[in-house]
Amino acid sequence: MSTALLSTRGLTKVYRSEGVAVEAVRGVDIEVSSGEFVAIMGPSGSGKSTLLHMLGGLERATQGEIRLDGRRVDQLSTAAWAILRRRHIGFVFQFFNLLSNMTVADNVELPALLAGVPPRQARSRREELLGELGLAGKAGWAPARLSGGEQQRVALARALANEPSLLLADEPTGTLDSANTRDVLRLLQRAHDRGQAILLVTHDARVASRADRVLHLFDGMVADDAPVLRIPRPASGVRDVVELRG
Amino acid sequence: MRLHLLALLAKEPAHGYELKLALEQTFGEAYPSPNIGQIYVTLKRLEEDGLVHSQDVEQATRPNKRVYELTPAGREALRAWVTEPSAGPRIRDEFFTKLILAPMAGLADRMELINSQRRHYLGIMRNLTGLTPSSTPARLLIEGAILHLQADLEWLERCQEELV
Repeated sequence: MSTALLSTRGLTKVYRSEGVAVEAVRGVDIEVSSGEFVAIMGPSGSGKSTLLHMLGGLERATQGEIRLDGRRVDQLSTAAWAILRRRHIGFVFQFFNLLSNMTVADNVELPALLAGVPPRQARSRREELLGELGLAGKAGWAPARLSGGEQQRVALARALANEPSLLLADEPTGTLDSANTRDVLRLLQRAHDRGQAILLVTHDARVASRADRVLHLFDGMVADDAPVLRIPRPASGVRDVVELRG
Repeated sequence: MRLHLLALLAKEPAHGYELKLALEQTFGEAYPSPNIGQIYVTLKRLEEDGLVHSQDVEQATRPNKRVYELTPAGREALRAWVTEPSAGPRIRDEFFTKLILAPMAGLADRMELINSQRRHYLGIMRNLTGLTPSSTPARLLIEGAILHLQADLEWLERCQEELV
Protein backbone atom coordinates (compact mmCIF):
# COMPACT_ATOMS: atom_id res chain seq x y z
CA MET A 1 0.00 0.00 0.00
CA SER A 2 1.51 3.29 -1.08
CA THR A 3 1.87 6.19 1.31
CA ALA A 4 1.69 8.81 -1.43
CA LEU A 5 -0.59 11.78 -0.91
CA LEU A 6 -1.89 11.36 -4.45
CA SER A 7 -1.46 8.39 -6.76
CA THR A 8 -2.97 7.14 -9.98
CA ARG A 9 -2.89 3.81 -11.72
CA GLY A 10 -3.71 3.34 -15.39
CA LEU A 11 -5.56 6.63 -15.49
CA THR A 12 -7.23 7.04 -18.88
CA LYS A 13 -9.56 9.53 -20.51
CA VAL A 14 -11.28 8.85 -23.79
CA TYR A 15 -13.40 11.53 -25.44
CA ARG A 16 -15.99 10.47 -27.96
CA SER A 17 -17.15 12.85 -30.60
CA GLU A 18 -19.46 11.68 -33.39
CA GLY A 19 -18.54 8.06 -32.83
CA VAL A 20 -14.77 8.69 -32.96
CA ALA A 21 -12.82 7.86 -29.80
CA VAL A 22 -9.90 10.17 -28.91
CA GLU A 23 -7.58 9.04 -26.13
CA ALA A 24 -6.46 12.21 -24.32
CA VAL A 25 -4.78 10.45 -21.40
CA ARG A 26 -3.50 6.90 -21.81
CA GLY A 27 -2.71 4.86 -18.75
CA VAL A 28 -0.94 7.36 -16.51
CA ASP A 29 0.68 6.19 -13.26
CA ILE A 30 1.89 9.02 -11.05
CA GLU A 31 2.63 9.61 -7.39
CA VAL A 32 2.89 12.86 -5.48
CA SER A 33 4.22 12.77 -1.92
CA SER A 34 3.05 14.97 0.86
CA GLY A 35 4.72 18.39 0.58
CA GLU A 36 6.19 17.69 -2.85
CA PHE A 37 6.18 20.28 -5.68
CA VAL A 38 5.68 18.58 -9.06
CA ALA A 39 5.36 20.29 -12.45
CA ILE A 40 3.71 18.71 -15.48
CA MET A 41 5.01 19.86 -18.86
CA GLY A 42 4.33 18.72 -22.41
CA PRO A 43 3.17 20.02 -25.78
CA SER A 44 -0.37 21.30 -26.37
CA GLY A 45 -2.74 18.38 -26.67
CA SER A 46 -0.49 16.04 -24.68
CA GLY A 47 -3.23 15.58 -22.06
CA LYS A 48 -1.81 17.79 -19.27
CA SER A 49 -4.97 19.73 -18.45
CA THR A 50 -7.24 16.70 -18.84
CA LEU A 51 -5.05 14.84 -16.35
CA LEU A 52 -5.15 17.69 -13.85
CA HIS A 53 -8.91 18.06 -14.21
CA MET A 54 -9.41 14.36 -13.49
CA LEU A 55 -7.21 14.67 -10.40
CA GLY A 56 -9.35 17.53 -9.16
CA GLY A 57 -12.60 15.72 -9.92
CA LEU A 58 -13.54 18.27 -12.57
CA GLU A 59 -13.64 15.53 -15.20
CA ARG A 60 -14.42 11.87 -14.75
CA ALA A 61 -11.81 9.26 -15.68
CA THR A 62 -12.79 6.70 -18.32
CA GLN A 63 -10.60 4.08 -16.67
CA GLY A 64 -8.06 3.70 -13.91
CA GLU A 65 -7.73 4.68 -10.27
CA ILE A 66 -7.10 7.88 -8.35
CA ARG A 67 -6.16 7.67 -4.68
CA LEU A 68 -5.93 10.56 -2.26
CA ASP A 69 -4.25 9.65 1.02
CA GLY A 70 -4.62 6.01 0.02
CA ARG A 71 -8.37 6.23 -0.49
CA ARG A 72 -10.05 5.60 -3.88
CA VAL A 73 -11.73 8.81 -5.05
CA ASP A 74 -12.28 8.24 -8.78
CA GLN A 75 -15.73 6.74 -8.25
CA LEU A 76 -17.02 9.58 -6.06
CA SER A 77 -20.20 11.42 -6.98
CA THR A 78 -20.04 15.03 -8.12
CA ALA A 79 -21.28 16.15 -4.70
CA ALA A 80 -18.68 14.08 -2.87
CA TRP A 81 -15.95 15.56 -5.08
CA ALA A 82 -17.17 19.06 -4.25
CA ILE A 83 -16.75 18.31 -0.56
CA LEU A 84 -13.31 16.80 -1.14
CA ARG A 85 -12.21 19.92 -3.05
CA ARG A 86 -13.45 22.16 -0.28
CA ARG A 87 -11.42 20.36 2.36
CA HIS A 88 -8.39 18.78 0.71
CA ILE A 89 -7.75 20.13 -2.77
CA GLY A 90 -7.24 23.74 -3.87
CA PHE A 91 -7.57 24.49 -7.59
CA VAL A 92 -6.10 27.45 -9.52
CA PHE A 93 -7.04 28.06 -13.17
CA GLN A 94 -5.30 29.93 -15.97
CA PHE A 95 -8.15 32.43 -16.23
CA PHE A 96 -8.62 32.89 -12.46
CA ASN A 97 -12.36 31.95 -12.47
CA LEU A 98 -13.21 34.42 -9.71
CA LEU A 99 -16.88 35.07 -9.01
CA SER A 100 -17.43 38.42 -10.71
CA ASN A 101 -20.48 39.51 -8.71
CA MET A 102 -18.71 39.11 -5.35
CA THR A 103 -15.97 41.18 -3.76
CA VAL A 104 -12.38 40.02 -3.51
CA ALA A 105 -12.92 39.35 0.21
CA ASP A 106 -16.03 37.25 -0.38
CA ASN A 107 -14.27 35.24 -3.10
CA VAL A 108 -11.59 34.26 -0.60
CA GLU A 109 -13.98 33.67 2.32
CA LEU A 110 -16.52 31.60 0.44
CA PRO A 111 -14.64 28.26 0.39
CA ALA A 112 -14.12 28.41 4.16
CA LEU A 113 -17.78 29.24 4.79
CA LEU A 114 -18.88 26.41 2.48
CA ALA A 115 -16.63 24.07 4.44
CA GLY A 116 -18.44 25.03 7.63
CA VAL A 117 -15.73 27.24 9.14
CA PRO A 118 -17.25 29.80 11.57
CA PRO A 119 -17.63 33.23 9.85
CA ARG A 120 -15.29 35.02 12.25
CA GLN A 121 -12.53 32.49 11.63
CA ALA A 122 -13.10 32.59 7.85
CA ARG A 123 -12.78 36.34 7.98
CA SER A 124 -9.57 36.41 9.93
CA ARG A 125 -8.05 33.78 7.64
CA ARG A 126 -9.09 35.86 4.63
CA GLU A 127 -7.51 39.00 6.12
CA GLU A 128 -4.30 37.11 6.79
CA LEU A 129 -4.14 35.68 3.24
CA LEU A 130 -4.94 38.94 1.46
CA GLY A 131 -2.43 40.75 3.66
CA GLU A 132 0.24 38.24 2.77
CA LEU A 133 -0.50 38.71 -0.93
CA GLY A 134 -0.41 42.51 -0.66
CA LEU A 135 -4.10 42.88 -1.45
CA ALA A 136 -5.52 43.93 1.93
CA GLY A 137 -6.43 47.37 0.55
CA LYS A 138 -8.51 45.88 -2.26
CA ALA A 139 -10.66 43.48 -0.23
CA GLY A 140 -13.88 45.37 -1.06
CA TRP A 141 -13.17 45.61 -4.78
CA ALA A 142 -14.87 43.68 -7.58
CA PRO A 143 -12.41 41.23 -9.22
CA ALA A 144 -12.81 42.94 -12.61
CA ARG A 145 -11.12 46.09 -11.25
CA LEU A 146 -7.94 44.14 -10.51
CA SER A 147 -5.08 43.46 -12.93
CA GLY A 148 -4.55 39.91 -14.19
CA GLY A 149 -1.68 39.37 -11.77
CA GLU A 150 -3.78 40.57 -8.83
CA GLN A 151 -6.72 38.38 -9.84
CA GLN A 152 -4.41 35.36 -9.94
CA ARG A 153 -3.13 36.21 -6.45
CA VAL A 154 -6.74 36.33 -5.23
CA ALA A 155 -7.40 32.97 -6.90
CA LEU A 156 -4.36 31.57 -5.06
CA ALA A 157 -5.65 32.97 -1.75
CA ARG A 158 -9.02 31.34 -2.42
CA ALA A 159 -7.39 28.00 -3.25
CA LEU A 160 -5.31 28.14 -0.06
CA ALA A 161 -8.15 29.37 2.19
CA ASN A 162 -8.90 25.92 3.60
CA GLU A 163 -5.25 24.91 3.86
CA PRO A 164 -5.69 21.98 1.46
CA SER A 165 -3.09 19.22 1.52
CA LEU A 166 -2.86 19.43 -2.28
CA LEU A 167 -2.85 22.46 -4.56
CA LEU A 168 -3.62 21.81 -8.24
CA ALA A 169 -2.79 24.62 -10.66
CA ASP A 170 -3.50 24.71 -14.40
CA GLU A 171 -1.16 27.16 -16.20
CA PRO A 172 -1.37 29.67 -13.33
CA THR A 173 1.05 32.07 -15.05
CA GLY A 174 -0.20 31.44 -18.60
CA THR A 175 -1.57 34.95 -19.11
CA LEU A 176 0.80 36.89 -16.84
CA ASP A 177 3.78 39.09 -17.68
CA SER A 178 7.17 38.26 -16.22
CA ALA A 179 6.89 40.49 -13.12
CA ASN A 180 3.52 38.92 -12.19
CA THR A 181 4.86 35.46 -13.01
CA ARG A 182 7.68 36.08 -10.52
CA ASP A 183 5.12 37.14 -7.87
CA VAL A 184 2.94 34.06 -8.35
CA LEU A 185 6.06 31.89 -8.31
CA ARG A 186 7.18 33.47 -5.04
CA LEU A 187 3.75 32.73 -3.49
CA LEU A 188 3.81 29.13 -4.69
CA GLN A 189 7.32 28.78 -3.29
CA ARG A 190 6.14 30.12 0.06
CA ALA A 191 3.22 27.66 0.14
CA HIS A 192 5.65 24.88 -0.76
CA ASP A 193 8.03 25.94 2.03
CA ARG A 194 5.14 25.60 4.45
CA GLY A 195 4.71 21.97 3.40
CA GLN A 196 1.98 22.38 0.80
CA ALA A 197 2.00 19.72 -1.96
CA ILE A 198 1.69 21.37 -5.37
CA LEU A 199 0.92 19.76 -8.72
CA LEU A 200 1.10 22.30 -11.48
CA VAL A 201 0.63 22.18 -15.24
CA THR A 202 2.79 24.70 -17.08
CA HIS A 203 4.37 25.62 -20.39
CA ASP A 204 6.72 27.99 -18.61
CA ALA A 205 10.13 26.47 -17.94
CA ARG A 206 10.89 29.22 -15.37
CA VAL A 207 7.97 27.93 -13.31
CA ALA A 208 8.73 24.23 -13.89
CA SER A 209 12.39 24.72 -12.95
CA ARG A 210 11.37 25.66 -9.40
CA ALA A 211 9.62 22.29 -8.85
CA ASP A 212 11.19 19.31 -7.09
CA ARG A 213 10.30 17.10 -10.02
CA VAL A 214 9.06 17.49 -13.59
CA LEU A 215 6.79 15.05 -15.39
CA HIS A 216 6.78 15.34 -19.15
CA LEU A 217 3.60 14.22 -20.87
CA PHE A 218 3.67 13.23 -24.52
CA ASP A 219 0.74 11.85 -26.45
CA GLY A 220 -1.26 11.21 -23.27
CA MET A 221 1.52 9.24 -21.57
CA VAL A 222 4.32 10.05 -19.14
CA ALA A 223 7.44 10.31 -21.32
CA ASP A 224 9.78 11.48 -18.56
CA ASP A 225 9.72 11.83 -14.80
CA ALA A 226 12.82 13.30 -13.18
CA PRO A 227 13.92 15.60 -10.36
CA VAL A 228 15.14 19.07 -11.32
CA LEU A 229 18.82 19.20 -10.46
CA ARG A 230 20.99 22.26 -10.33
CA ILE A 231 23.86 21.90 -12.76
CA PRO A 232 26.70 21.29 -10.32
CA ARG A 233 29.30 23.26 -12.24
CA PRO A 234 30.83 26.06 -10.16
CA ALA A 235 29.78 29.57 -11.14
CA SER A 236 27.33 28.23 -13.68
CA GLY A 237 25.19 31.06 -14.96
CA VAL A 238 24.26 32.73 -18.19
CA ARG A 239 27.51 31.51 -19.71
CA ASP A 240 25.92 28.11 -20.18
CA VAL A 241 23.41 29.73 -22.50
CA VAL A 242 24.72 32.94 -23.99
CA GLU A 243 28.13 33.99 -25.08
CA LEU A 244 29.34 37.55 -24.91
CA ARG A 245 31.51 38.19 -27.94
CA GLY A 246 34.40 40.55 -28.29
CA MET B 1 37.58 39.68 -24.00
CA ARG B 2 39.96 41.96 -25.97
CA LEU B 3 37.20 44.36 -26.94
CA HIS B 4 35.60 44.33 -23.49
CA LEU B 5 38.90 45.55 -22.07
CA LEU B 6 39.32 48.16 -24.81
CA ALA B 7 35.80 49.44 -24.08
CA LEU B 8 36.56 49.80 -20.38
CA LEU B 9 39.86 51.58 -21.15
CA ALA B 10 38.08 54.02 -23.48
CA LYS B 11 36.44 55.48 -20.37
CA GLU B 12 39.69 55.98 -18.45
CA PRO B 13 43.13 54.42 -18.09
CA ALA B 14 43.22 51.57 -15.59
CA HIS B 15 45.36 48.74 -14.31
CA GLY B 16 44.50 45.06 -14.69
CA TYR B 17 42.83 44.53 -11.37
CA GLU B 18 40.60 47.58 -11.80
CA LEU B 19 39.44 46.14 -15.12
CA LYS B 20 38.55 42.85 -13.46
CA LEU B 21 36.51 44.69 -10.80
CA ALA B 22 34.75 46.81 -13.41
CA LEU B 23 33.69 43.68 -15.33
CA GLU B 24 32.41 42.06 -12.15
CA GLN B 25 30.46 45.11 -11.06
CA THR B 26 28.86 45.56 -14.46
CA PHE B 27 27.79 42.01 -15.27
CA GLY B 28 27.37 40.51 -11.82
CA GLU B 29 27.72 36.93 -10.69
CA ALA B 30 25.72 35.67 -13.66
CA TYR B 31 28.72 36.26 -15.89
CA PRO B 32 31.90 35.67 -13.93
CA SER B 33 34.75 37.84 -15.16
CA PRO B 34 37.95 36.22 -16.46
CA ASN B 35 40.69 35.51 -13.94
CA ILE B 36 43.35 38.12 -13.41
CA GLY B 37 45.96 36.07 -15.27
CA GLN B 38 43.86 36.02 -18.43
CA ILE B 39 43.37 39.77 -18.15
CA TYR B 40 47.14 40.44 -17.91
CA VAL B 41 47.87 38.13 -20.84
CA THR B 42 45.21 39.86 -22.96
CA LEU B 43 46.53 43.32 -22.04
CA LYS B 44 50.05 42.25 -23.01
CA ARG B 45 48.81 41.07 -26.43
CA LEU B 46 46.79 44.26 -26.93
CA GLU B 47 49.97 46.21 -26.27
CA GLU B 48 51.96 44.09 -28.76
CA ASP B 49 49.26 44.84 -31.35
CA GLY B 50 49.55 48.56 -30.64
CA LEU B 51 45.98 48.94 -29.35
CA VAL B 52 46.99 49.99 -25.82
CA HIS B 53 50.17 51.28 -24.22
CA SER B 54 51.21 51.09 -20.62
CA GLN B 55 53.45 52.77 -18.11
CA ASP B 56 54.57 51.97 -14.61
CA VAL B 57 53.17 54.20 -11.94
CA GLU B 58 55.09 54.41 -8.72
CA GLN B 59 53.25 53.74 -5.52
CA ALA B 60 54.52 54.81 -2.14
CA THR B 61 53.90 51.68 -0.09
CA ARG B 62 53.38 48.99 -2.73
CA PRO B 63 55.16 47.73 -5.84
CA ASN B 64 54.65 49.80 -8.99
CA LYS B 65 51.45 49.21 -10.92
CA ARG B 66 51.16 49.12 -14.68
CA VAL B 67 48.45 51.44 -15.99
CA TYR B 68 47.02 50.83 -19.46
CA GLU B 69 45.68 53.43 -21.85
CA LEU B 70 43.94 53.21 -25.22
CA THR B 71 45.98 54.20 -28.34
CA PRO B 72 44.38 55.83 -31.43
CA ALA B 73 44.53 52.42 -33.14
CA GLY B 74 42.76 50.89 -30.14
CA ARG B 75 40.04 53.52 -30.33
CA GLU B 76 39.60 52.76 -34.03
CA ALA B 77 39.30 48.99 -33.37
CA LEU B 78 36.73 49.71 -30.69
CA ARG B 79 34.74 51.99 -33.00
CA ALA B 80 34.63 49.27 -35.67
CA TRP B 81 33.42 46.73 -33.07
CA VAL B 82 30.67 49.02 -31.78
CA THR B 83 29.32 50.00 -35.19
CA GLU B 84 29.28 46.63 -36.94
CA PRO B 85 26.20 44.43 -36.36
CA SER B 86 26.79 41.44 -34.09
CA ALA B 87 26.32 37.88 -35.26
CA GLY B 88 22.79 36.47 -34.96
CA PRO B 89 21.84 33.78 -32.46
CA ARG B 90 23.73 30.59 -32.93
CA ILE B 91 21.92 27.27 -33.34
CA ARG B 92 22.86 24.65 -30.79
CA ASP B 93 23.87 22.32 -33.50
CA GLU B 94 25.90 20.01 -31.30
CA PHE B 95 22.83 18.55 -29.63
CA PHE B 96 20.87 18.59 -32.88
CA THR B 97 23.49 16.66 -34.84
CA LYS B 98 23.66 14.17 -31.97
CA LEU B 99 19.87 13.84 -32.07
CA ILE B 100 19.88 13.18 -35.80
CA LEU B 101 23.00 11.06 -36.17
CA ALA B 102 23.19 8.93 -33.02
CA PRO B 103 19.88 7.06 -33.58
CA MET B 104 20.85 6.42 -37.21
CA ALA B 105 23.87 4.53 -35.93
CA GLY B 106 21.77 2.71 -33.34
CA LEU B 107 23.69 4.48 -30.55
CA ALA B 108 20.77 6.09 -28.77
CA ASP B 109 17.04 6.50 -28.62
CA ARG B 110 15.69 9.92 -29.64
CA MET B 111 13.18 10.13 -26.81
CA GLU B 112 15.98 9.40 -24.32
CA LEU B 113 18.24 12.03 -25.86
CA ILE B 114 15.49 14.65 -25.78
CA ASN B 115 14.55 13.81 -22.21
CA SER B 116 18.10 14.06 -20.95
CA GLN B 117 18.70 17.32 -22.81
CA ARG B 118 15.47 18.76 -21.34
CA ARG B 119 16.56 17.78 -17.84
CA HIS B 120 19.85 19.57 -18.44
CA TYR B 121 18.11 22.75 -19.67
CA LEU B 122 15.72 22.71 -16.69
CA GLY B 123 18.72 22.42 -14.38
CA ILE B 124 20.34 25.48 -15.98
CA MET B 125 16.99 27.27 -15.77
CA ARG B 126 16.86 26.53 -12.07
CA ASN B 127 20.32 28.04 -11.63
CA LEU B 128 19.30 31.14 -13.58
CA THR B 129 15.99 31.71 -11.79
CA GLY B 130 17.81 31.36 -8.47
CA LEU B 131 20.26 34.21 -9.18
CA THR B 132 19.74 37.64 -7.64
CA PRO B 133 20.99 40.21 -10.14
CA SER B 134 23.19 42.93 -8.67
CA SER B 135 22.54 45.53 -11.39
CA THR B 136 20.29 46.26 -14.36
CA PRO B 137 22.81 44.90 -16.92
CA ALA B 138 23.15 41.72 -14.83
CA ARG B 139 19.35 41.34 -14.66
CA LEU B 140 18.96 41.86 -18.41
CA LEU B 141 21.72 39.37 -19.09
CA ILE B 142 19.94 36.76 -16.96
CA GLU B 143 16.61 37.52 -18.66
CA GLY B 144 18.26 37.13 -22.06
CA ALA B 145 19.69 33.75 -21.08
CA ILE B 146 16.27 32.66 -19.80
CA LEU B 147 14.60 33.66 -23.07
CA HIS B 148 17.21 31.74 -25.07
CA LEU B 149 16.67 28.71 -22.89
CA GLN B 150 12.90 28.92 -23.32
CA ALA B 151 13.39 28.94 -27.08
CA ASP B 152 15.72 25.93 -26.79
CA LEU B 153 13.10 24.03 -24.80
CA GLU B 154 10.39 24.91 -27.30
CA TRP B 155 12.57 23.72 -30.12
CA LEU B 156 13.21 20.48 -28.23
CA GLU B 157 9.46 20.00 -28.05
CA ARG B 158 9.18 20.57 -31.81
CA CYS B 159 11.92 17.98 -32.40
CA GLN B 160 10.05 15.55 -30.16
CA GLU B 161 6.78 16.05 -32.02
CA GLU B 162 8.32 15.59 -35.44
CA LEU B 163 11.06 13.03 -34.88
CA VAL B 164 9.84 10.66 -32.18
